[in-house]
Amino acid sequence: MAERAPATLHARDLTVVLGNVRALDGLDLTLEPGLRTVVLGANGAGKSVLLRTLHGLIRPSWGKVTWSRPTRQAMVFQRPVMLRRSALANITYALAVNGVPEPERTRRAAAALTRVGLAAIASRPARVLSGGEQQRLALARAWALEPDFLFLDEPTASLDPGATAEIERVIASIASEGTRIVMTTHNLGQARRLADEIVFIHAGRATERTAADRFFDQPASKEAGLFLQGELPWK
Amino acid sequence: MLEIFASLGLALELIGGADPTLLGIVVLSIELSLVAAVAGAAIGLPLGALIAVGRFPGRRSLIVLLNALLGLPSVVVGLVVYLLLSRAGPLGSLGILFTPAAIVVAQTLLVAPIVAALARQTAEDAWKDYEEQLTSLGVSRLRAVPTILWDARFSLLTVVLAGFGRAASEVGAVMIVGGNIDGVTRVMTTAIALETSKGDLPLALALGLVLIAVVLAVNAGAYAIREWSARHHG
Repeated sequence: MAERAPATLHARDLTVVLGNVRALDGLDLTLEPGLRTVVLGANGAGKSVLLRTLHGLIRPSWGKVTWSRPTRQAMVFQRPVMLRRSALANITYALAVNGVPEPERTRRAAAALTRVGLAAIASRPARVLSGGEQQRLALARAWALEPDFLFLDEPTASLDPGATAEIERVIASIASEGTRIVMTTHNLGQARRLADEIVFIHAGRATERTAADRFFDQPASKEAGLFLQGELPWK
Repeated sequence: MLEIFASLGLALELIGGADPTLLGIVVLSIELSLVAAVAGAAIGLPLGALIAVGRFPGRRSLIVLLNALLGLPSVVVGLVVYLLLSRAGPLGSLGILFTPAAIVVAQTLLVAPIVAALARQTAEDAWKDYEEQLTSLGVSRLRAVPTILWDARFSLLTVVLAGFGRAASEVGAVMIVGGNIDGVTRVMTTAIALETSKGDLPLALALGLVLIAVVLAVNAGAYAIREWSARHHG
């Protein structure tokens, strides 16, 4: 992964119509290599739809997503979806589907479990793990695929603070190995801790893309300013 | 009233004494129904999952047809299989009419749509939960079929047992294509029909009790397996 040339993502005029709602409305966005991007915005602004569209799960009604070179991608959802098999087998399944042969498959899966601190429960059925463990397993599964881009849709929204801290630690390590992180969150503390840059979404458009250390004090767009006032009224 | 109790007493004696005639009929019934359930599952499970996951023209009509086949009149299935297997029929050269094989064919035709329709429902529910995650992992719809069948294996076992229940309790088709030949194609249901009309109520009643016990045991087993799987596999 490290020796691959970094990839850039361009989204042009991205529009997604779901029913009669414009979830994305002519959104333009460029994601350069090496940064950790957190997408912020109010409920219904289009954050989840944006991530799913960039990842290819939703086909845009107009516009398109282009990559500077072929990329490997993975996504972690708010509610992890685990197959009814062991923790280890959940990862080897994903690797098998992506053409990774044995014995490398098992070696990589075991290594990924170790990195998220789940080596001891590799043989336990994945569905009976706690919510935090399942989300770490979902991260391990994504990590094992060695993606260039990792999309995370509110990965800690249903977890307690302890589990959230664990997930943030894992996300930071994945990023440090060169995977491009693009995530959404409602937790502004988490956004501060993890983001290099903030993309702010309002009504299906990106109103700004600002370095994280500037965004929280001096958001460039009016919409982001109002959002921060609502979320952080004491400022 | 007294006659019923007398017959019931004799029936319990037949069961308790493991009467060889009774035993032969029971074993044959269970064997044939098991083979039909396995064959029906081999056809119905992949078919149901394919329809659940697939996107193709005519899918809705196929689902309506499949659900309609749940109420397939078994006598008609028997008639069709009879026509196919009779000496003048297209499959007459097989020479299996009035043999246990013919019974299995008819039972399989009755079981497969049940398994397919119920498996379609189960697989579709699972696919709703899995679609985004599996698509994200790069799993094609075709590749998802075995994945979903394996993941829903405990629910699907209940589906297959429902198919077994249908096969075991089937009378009309089995009577037509099997012929209720003593010692060859006489199964529990056809024996009950015959013995009742002959007036041999104890044997009929004994067979009826065994049939109910078998169906009960199968359902209890299915329930226990689901409970166990929920605890151990989530």
